[in-house]
Amino acid sequence: MLKRFRYQILLFLSVIGPGLITANVDNDSGGILTYSQAGAKYGYLPLWTLIPITLLLIVTQEMCSRMGAVTGKGLSDLIREEFGLRTTFFLMIALVLTNFTNVIAEFAGIASSLELFHISRYISVPVCAVAVWFLVVRGNYRSVEKIFLVACAIYVTYFISAVLLKPDWKEAAIDSVKPIVMFDTGYITMLIAMVGTSIAPWMQFYLQSAIVEKGITAKEYVASRIEVVVGCILTDVVAFFIIVSCATAIWAHGPKDINDAADAAVALKPFGQYAYLLFSAGLFNASFFAACILPLSTAFTVCEGLGFESGVDKRFHEAPEFYWLYTLLIVLGGGVILWPNFPLVKMILASQVINGVLLPFILIYMVLLINRKSLMKEWTNSAAYNAVAWISVAVMIGLTLALASITVKQMMQESASAAPALAPVAQMQRHDAGGHALKTDARESRLAHLIRQAVGIGKLAN
Amino acid sequence: MADDILFLTELVGLRVYDLKGRRLGLVKDAAIVPLIHPSRVDRFLVGGGWAWLTVRYDQIRSISLDGIYLKDEQLTPYHSDEYMLRLVRDLLDQQIIDGQGRKVVRVTDVTFAIQHDPDGDALSIVDIDIGLRSVFRRLMQGVLPPRWIRRMQTIIAPHSIAWEQCSIIEADPQRRLRLNINNRILEEMHPADLADIVEELSPDDREAIFETIDHEVAAETLSEMEPDVQASILESLETEKAADIVEEMSPHEAADVLAELEEQTSEDILEEMEKQPKAEVEELLEYKENSAGGLMSTEFVALPEDATIASAMEALNAHEELLESLNTLFLVDPNDHLKAAVPLARLFTAAGATRLQELASEPLIQVDTEEQEDRITELFDKYNLLTLPVVDPEGKLAGVITADEVISLLREK
Repeated sequence: MLKRFRYQILLFLSVIGPGLITANVDNDSGGILTYSQAGAKYGYLPLWTLIPITLLLIVTQEMCSRMGAVTGKGLSDLIREEFGLRTTFFLMIALVLTNFTNVIAEFAGIASSLELFHISRYISVPVCAVAVWFLVVRGNYRSVEKIFLVACAIYVTYFISAVLLKPDWKEAAIDSVKPIVMFDTGYITMLIAMVGTSIAPWMQFYLQSAIVEKGITAKEYVASRIEVVVGCILTDVVAFFIIVSCATAIWAHGPKDINDAADAAVALKPFGQYAYLLFSAGLFNASFFAACILPLSTAFTVCEGLGFESGVDKRFHEAPEFYWLYTLLIVLGGGVILWPNFPLVKMILASQVINGVLLPFILIYMVLLINRKSLMKEWTNSAAYNAVAWISVAVMIGLTLALASITVKQMMQESASAAPALAPVAQMQRHDAGGHALKTDARESRLAHLIRQAVGIGKLAN
Repeated sequence: MADDILFLTELVGLRVYDLKGRRLGLVKDAAIVPLIHPSRVDRFLVGGGWAWLTVRYDQIRSISLDGIYLKDEQLTPYHSDEYMLRLVRDLLDQQIIDGQGRKVVRVTDVTFAIQHDPDGDALSIVDIDIGLRSVFRRLMQGVLPPRWIRRMQTIIAPHSIAWEQCSIIEADPQRRLRLNINNRILEEMHPADLADIVEELSPDDREAIFETIDHEVAAETLSEMEPDVQASILESLETEKAADIVEEMSPHEAADVLAELEEQTSEDILEEMEKQPKAEVEELLEYKENSAGGLMSTEFVALPEDATIASAMEALNAHEELLESLNTLFLVDPNDHLKAAVPLARLFTAAGATRLQELASEPLIQVDTEEQEDRITELFDKYNLLTLPVVDPEGKLAGVITADEVISLLREK
């Protein structure tokens, strides 16, 4: 395995370990734009989610690294050994589809960051796709990984920007600890996306493999635990400042959706003419970094789980499934972007929602595995860990179901209101006569309205 | 398709009928008992109602896709037994070592041969299936009728490993004995291949393999591994066992490995070693890692200045263990001072009475034990060296640096 994940054997890994790399890859194009969108549309309001998200992030990543250290096996290996081929197969299908949308998102990040400089996506995406493929397959990747990692320091710009923009720190502080839930499609979608982007399913597979790769054993594991926790906190500190910057620079002048990279770059406006450059550089670096890791990690995870040969040190005929999957992810992921008028930012945001929908299922298997005495010996979960994990599973599934039901209801409502000129009141009366289904919906939106009034954010229009 | 094979995916769920043709239940698992027979399915575990029953191989009349018909009804309830390798529980979806392909693979399905015998049919394991075809069978198992699956799977190329070429990985040493897992397959492999395989395994499995394989093979395999893996393996072994393995390594490699360990562990291991290898290793440990002293090996053949080809041949016969990698002989004066280096190949073109001195390569390139690695690689490159003698401050031959050491050094960069 050491030789399979070639780029993992880096000298500098002994200083900067898997935890910090994962933390930085976590803020990929999906991360940057999801947080930007959250701040631009809802202001300081989503800040409260960061504390529970950080907690869950720490819990999941710590579980992965513990499993890696104790068993010396990857997550897909363990799922295969303990739950059999069929479970693994369907989980892998779901993971490939989800990760595929994430690969698209990374290439969308590359395209949109360079479009700020009028570089056509028809040039940037093919060039970067080929570059990624060769960097990784030819094994030069490890020499550039360091550069990506250092370039992540560019996130400091969000911190500086947030300070210079003079946000309402008091409101930001209050919103950071005051949970607000609204039954509104946009808001729930955003919540799922925020969890999905911070705790991306593929990240768990990647981190566990990286821990195994580094040969960390149960004894040395305490040191990596610290690193994992620091990495998690770092991820969300960056998220905090992105949201605050966007809230102050965009939302304060009227909430709006982020439609392209230029919208999101406004958050860095204190840097004046350099704002575009900084935002573009940050987004490009994050997207390219993740585009190198994500397809490889996906191909590796899937082949490991299904028992196919894998690794960039193998030749094509030795590991055909691995190379096909890896190449297809990059070619199709980049190819989709070239569809005329492909909505880049919408795709990036949607991919993070899909992450959030898949996450609880991965979490369920993780918790089941980590509580098996036969695997983990004395390293099984404590009750508190299990509680956090199971509550998160319930909340995430709940949010997904809520989103699904609201969406379905809206669709029904839309088809119902397709009849000409129905005033809301008339609509309600009609449903009073017809059935109860939409009555509850009306009550819900009234409830949402009340909550919004109560917290004084009336300007949040639907 | 031929009726004399059966897959594990088909065996599981097969109906079992008693003498009167009544259904007893379904096959849940099957087990071999390697101590009795390495490949014959010894017991079938049949589930019907609450308890599982054990059917012995000699209680069966016939086996086919239509079911298993018994000839004896004295069935015993199933109880777990450490001598049994249960195929579904212990083998399916687990990793095994493929001795032929020299890699670690995951078991997706098992192919049996049905042996038709007048006394009754028996199953024996033929192949372990790993490819896409077996994945397809697993996914379709229970979804489509077995005969359809057999017909449909033919469009996918098969990928299997002969059962005799497989080695099961079992971390528990006692169970290894009970399952009669021998290390023949592992020990017959090239140490470099075995090293690659072991590096892919989890720490527990690595430890188990190193605990049971022959010391000499263990030492050779360990020499082929990455330094951090070497360290974690030695640290996981009992000190005594670790010392046995380190003793078998060349002093140079032993010193490299011990330098990777925590000081206490490395001292403990040295303590357990025999006197002579211990002294040599300790001496080498004194040198800095990236100096000539740290890179050199102390295994070389040195002869007196006036040696002839005949005496050289004699010396070579006495050092048979070095022959595989030896390519230079050294000439030293009575005080062990290095005088000349003689390429081995020149011995073949000279007459028996020729003195080695006449065959020496000019100029004599040598370095001091303190020499830095950059300078050493430069010398290898410039003079196209295969070996480079290292002398101590008094000019005495202390060791040699070989080209393969320089290659490892350059690859690390």
